[in-house]
Amino acid sequence: MQETGSFYRRDRGWHPPPLTPQYKTSILRSPRFAYLSLENTISEMTGPVFGHNLIGELDNDLIQNYAKSGEAIGPRINVYGRVLDENGRPVPGALMEIWQANAGGRYRHANEGYKAPLDPNFGGCGRTIADGEGRYWFRTIKPGPYPWPNRVNDWRPAHIHFSIFGHAFAQRLVTQMYFEGDPMIWQCPIVMGIPDRAAVELLVAALDRDSATHMDSLAYKFDIVLRGRRSTPFENRKEGN
Amino acid sequence: MVQRLDHLKETPSQTAGPYIHIGATPNHSGIAGVYSNDLGKAMVGRGAKGERITIVGRVFDGAGEPLKDALVEIWQADAAGLHNSPQEKRGKADPNFTGFGRQATDGKTGEFRFETIKPGAVPFVDGRLMAPHITAWIIARGINVGLHTRMYFSDEAAANAKCPVLARLEHQGRVKSLIAERSEKGGKVVYRFDIRLQGEDQTVFFDI
Repeated sequence: MQETGSFYRRDRGWHPPPLTPQYKTSILRSPRFAYLSLENTISEMTGPVFGHNLIGELDNDLIQNYAKSGEAIGPRINVYGRVLDENGRPVPGALMEIWQANAGGRYRHANEGYKAPLDPNFGGCGRTIADGEGRYWFRTIKPGPYPWPNRVNDWRPAHIHFSIFGHAFAQRLVTQMYFEGDPMIWQCPIVMGIPDRAAVELLVAALDRDSATHMDSLAYKFDIVLRGRRSTPFENRKEGN
Repeated sequence: MVQRLDHLKETPSQTAGPYIHIGATPNHSGIAGVYSNDLGKAMVGRGAKGERITIVGRVFDGAGEPLKDALVEIWQADAAGLHNSPQEKRGKADPNFTGFGRQATDGKTGEFRFETIKPGAVPFVDGRLMAPHITAWIIARGINVGLHTRMYFSDEAAANAKCPVLARLEHQGRVKSLIAERSEKGGKVVYRFDIRLQGEDQTVFFDI
């Protein structure tokens, strides 16, 4: 089946709406006018694709890729999964970038206000490209939860940020991965901006003891689904337009 | 009960948060040495065809303050109207032009800046030409799902007037929010493209 059809409409009721007032920053940053709905054009059905030559040897290893005097400190984990589309087909070659706080919940950033210390051996960014079956993996440390300036005493659950490029600009997605069993997921105003509990559950990575590395790392499985395309038999448009 | 469609649901979006620059432009944010270059920093290679242009702008919130923690990505055709993408089936794009740019908004001024080329026109779904444009995607703290928009060119008034996408807007007075103003300074062509998240002159965002 050729990947030439337009993408299924994004289900705006499944994603968080632009305005989620419990997450205060959304109040002044959420558009108020309705979006202009448009059939996909070639401007969105194409997109940049990045080659494996972009990726350095340690890019997917956050324990090592900023190491100065030793390895990053924290619970060692492998995060792995597949990038699929809404048709259940793998998205080979998807570029995934991640960023996260260190094990104490502190980001390496000038604007950070949390008391927890920096880890001199942890930068907090990594990237990889999904293989021919859409599989990917990272090695990192489990990030800590941290307080943030929203309502008094709001804390984010431990999370890893993901940015994903599929095959088309229409598939562009940024999201966050949470960890199985964390009670703070359900207290977070950013998470709870998602209307449907089933949608939130798609963001919670499963602990996978069977994939742990002996005396080294635990494993979490996190699959990602990008927008899928119509298959050409039903497509009512001229090829290439 | 009926049979179930076996489609999966898209992974829900979450905000990029205040530290998107760590992940997307680590060298810019002071995390040096992990990647040799920030992705999307340079779009135009030696020998790329087309008019060199600079795009500058800011992203304003509903109180008129520029966002200093945002990320803007752009995607566009080359000077001949072809995309540097495996999904481009109409021909081979200029190999010296990536078509993809990514810039952080400045931590003090909120300004973003792209060095690119002016794209050629590309067809709409029915074969009519759309006016030349650049697709933009904005993510930041407080933006729950990345915002798609387009930048059109002030010196393409005739093409803009015939663009089937711009014609879709019910409120034609809002078209101007998508048109970047051209100026020339010291031999450089600069387009200003400010993005407004709210207000009467809010930028038109697309659900595509």
